[in-house]
Amino acid sequence: MKLKQAIFGSAAALFAITSINPPAARAGQKMLNVSFDPTRELYEDYDVAFATHWKLKTGQEVTINLSNGGSGKQARAVIDGLQADVVTLGLAYDIDAIAEKAQLLPADWRGRLPDDSSPYTSTIVFMVRKGNPKGIKDWPDVVKPGVQVITANPKTSGGARWAYLAAWGYALQAPGGSAAAAKDFVAKLYQNVPVLNSGARGSTTTFVEREVGDVLLAWENEAYLALNQFGADKFEIVYPSTSILAEPPVALVDKVVDRDGTRAVAQEYLNYLYTDDGQRIAAKHYFRPRLASAAKYGPAFPKIKLFTVRDVAGGWQKAQATHFADGGVFDQIYQP
Amino acid sequence: MPPVEQLPSGPSGSRAVDGSSGAAGGRVPVSEASASLCRATEDPVWARRLIIGVATGFLGIFLIVPLVSVFAEALNQGVGLYFAAITDPEALSAIRLTLLTAAIAVPLNLVFGLAASWAITRFEFHGKNLLTTLIDLPFAVSPVIAGMIYVLMFGAHGWFGGWLMEHNIRIIFAVPGIVLATTFVTFPFVARELIPVMEASGTDEELAAITLGATGWQTFYRITLPKVKWGLLYGVIICNARAMGEFGAVSVVSGHIRGLTNTMPLYVEILYNDYNFTASFAVASLLTALALVTLVAKRVIGGKVEHPRLPTVAGDGVEREAA
Amino acid sequence: MAGMIRTTRRVLPGFGLTMGYTLAYLSLIALIPLSTILLKTEGMGWVRFWHVVLSPRVIAAYKLSIGASLIAAAINSVFGFIVAWTLSRYEFPGKGALDALVDLPFALPTSVAGITLTSIYAQNGIIGRLFVPFGIKIAFAPLGIVVALTFIGLPFVVRTVQPVLQELEAELEEAAATLGATRLQTFRRVIGPAMLPALITGFALAFARALGEYGSVVFISGNMPMHTEVVPLLIMTRLEEFDYQGATAIALVMLVLSFTMLFGINLLQRWSASRYAAG
Repeated sequence: MKLKQAIFGSAAALFAITSINPPAARAGQKMLNVSFDPTRELYEDYDVAFATHWKLKTGQEVTINLSNGGSGKQARAVIDGLQADVVTLGLAYDIDAIAEKAQLLPADWRGRLPDDSSPYTSTIVFMVRKGNPKGIKDWPDVVKPGVQVITANPKTSGGARWAYLAAWGYALQAPGGSAAAAKDFVAKLYQNVPVLNSGARGSTTTFVEREVGDVLLAWENEAYLALNQFGADKFEIVYPSTSILAEPPVALVDKVVDRDGTRAVAQEYLNYLYTDDGQRIAAKHYFRPRLASAAKYGPAFPKIKLFTVRDVAGGWQKAQATHFADGGVFDQIYQP
Repeated sequence: MPPVEQLPSGPSGSRAVDGSSGAAGGRVPVSEASASLCRATEDPVWARRLIIGVATGFLGIFLIVPLVSVFAEALNQGVGLYFAAITDPEALSAIRLTLLTAAIAVPLNLVFGLAASWAITRFEFHGKNLLTTLIDLPFAVSPVIAGMIYVLMFGAHGWFGGWLMEHNIRIIFAVPGIVLATTFVTFPFVARELIPVMEASGTDEELAAITLGATGWQTFYRITLPKVKWGLLYGVIICNARAMGEFGAVSVVSGHIRGLTNTMPLYVEILYNDYNFTASFAVASLLTALALVTLVAKRVIGGKVEHPRLPTVAGDGVEREAA
Repeated sequence: MAGMIRTTRRVLPGFGLTMGYTLAYLSLIALIPLSTILLKTEGMGWVRFWHVVLSPRVIAAYKLSIGASLIAAAINSVFGFIVAWTLSRYEFPGKGALDALVDLPFALPTSVAGITLTSIYAQNGIIGRLFVPFGIKIAFAPLGIVVALTFIGLPFVVRTVQPVLQELEAELEEAAATLGATRLQTFRRVIGPAMLPALITGFALAFARALGEYGSVVFISGNMPMHTEVVPLLIMTRLEEFDYQGATAIALVMLVLSFTMLFGINLLQRWSASRYAAG
């Protein structure tokens, strides 16, 4: 026990020294939004709007800190003790993991907000080089020999899991589709992948900046963002005939907000996402808003046939167990 | 590990004796040898040119091209954008955190280095080799593992996680965790640099001081410290460079909260992932400049230390035995 | 002499203080945290442990990490020796700057090294582009990993070999020359054997350093399972899959490997020291 005390002692001393931080807005409330990669710009914008809204509503100042990273990595950090008041991640499974492994929020968290707790949606599209030199129009073109596909590692990237399931769903629902055909299809697809970055952002960099690959499987919003950043004269967005309805979820982390006394502001932070303002900002950053009236603030979101995870994989828990767990379908693709 | 009161016959003991007899033997540089022999011991001109060519070519490709390209990428959008990138509030907070981390980790490791090298070079005890190996440990432990062990200790499900949560103390995903991981990765540097210098300086003067009635602290401040100050400074500079540049270990424990827990190397990665390549290389260029300053400082101080060299696991045996 | 040393041990103060502090600090910062790996792995049982560390993907990662580290260390041994030779034997303009620059990989943060090397060696980078016509891919291929590991290991061989080379008795070479040995013979019979221990030590150091490298490799490797996934990345991946035991199991094998490396280096050092003294 002496040892433990010694460790606590030195830890406390370290803490005491290092907690003297620059005075970053001591007054008012502080909260932390732990989010995934593709929402950096969205939440930077939204946080400003929300701070104004909160000030008008309650007269209080609120400082929102933002942490971005791969969805799985972020969930891991929250499980290990990153003090997130709200999590806004790439897929429901990651928040399920927080609920299951750390019990920081109830298992039925998805029912607590409208639309299964996904205030905005997106889908997986193809980003190709200008002029579409390889003539990529739909999913079958992506698995042709000689086409290089860029996508991230589904094991570590939420976006890549959506991309994987989009391909799976397409093959499953295609005429004569079956689980075996779908497995064959994704196996062919990943044989065409030369680089598996650990996050969706890394994949975009590989495709855009390093000029590797013919087609990038991208979040719709990331594709538009990249088009904006790197010039529409270099890339094109191609919509496949069908794709997946990606539903990035948001949730309140009960244990944290209750301890820090931030429940009210955190709850309002999430609710505000569903208002006209929140939906407008989401649309502006190329996420598909749930409110039809807000869609005009974004690009023309083409209407393509979208299936859900439930349709093609029986929900996230099942999808994870079947496809992405150790020894799952994704691992089998890479088995020699 | 009690001190052994006699001269051990093991290699470490004989090394200590060699060391105290002074490492600086009379080397005769090749250039001072007689001219005819010189010619016989030198390489033919063509061979010399070839070797120099290969060496500079190798260093050019592996060191100079990367070095130049950091600055080229950083400045390719103009000086204005460069300064905007490095004076961004988030960049400033990353710089501040990096400085703070180094400001805590380096002194901690400095004190450790002094204590460890005093114990190792001034006394004989069982397990000295083991201790020296343990000091080298961070060289061989992957930075990822270095970060992970602190998560296993202080993370919410770690050994002390529950207790820390109860008392609302944040170690992981906060500054203390970053400092701890950095300290772990950099603790060998000062010690590694000091041990050979202290061993080489011998104990005669210290013994004399003690015999004349000086206290231990007086002896340390007045005799030992002045003798090893350049070696000490050298170690501190290297330790500092590594502390400011650590990426892998810090990445595991940081939590990546913008403006709060991002150090400069992490911020470089974040900007890179933000498609903000120019800004990313701008911040990288600051770190590179720091590395260059370190190299210059090493060179200046290196001339004043007996043997300017990288503190490596190899230690000093080879060299001193050669003397 | 022996008598004097006996006195030294008794007269100089501070053994308890410095030794105590050293051990306490080591324990707090390194040993206790490292023991968490052992304890975490202990909970998983042998069957699962072997299952994890011997799965094909993990084996592939070990093969890649060890293989790429070996190749990088070998490249560094060859070129590092040439660089050390050049820096210690020849005079040429810019030598001082070049000498100082050798330590750059040591002082440069690995994330900076990673993005820089990637931008240079990608197929549109200034060096990577030169290899495209030959169908050689550097970045996002095993070759890229070797490049990154060569970069970070470079100072180790140079800085281990250089001092030995500088202090090599000039008289020895002169004697060999006087006895009629050709330059090549001198090199092979005199310089070579004297340098070998330092060279091996440098090789081992570069290898040990490369084995655990994460920051620079993660940017330049393609991260493909079974193909370009190094062990530290696999540990990171396991962590992100919430598989802590898997991560610690792989880390434990790494740790044992590193310990063996360190121990080996220490032995090497002793061997080379005695060998040098004898020769």
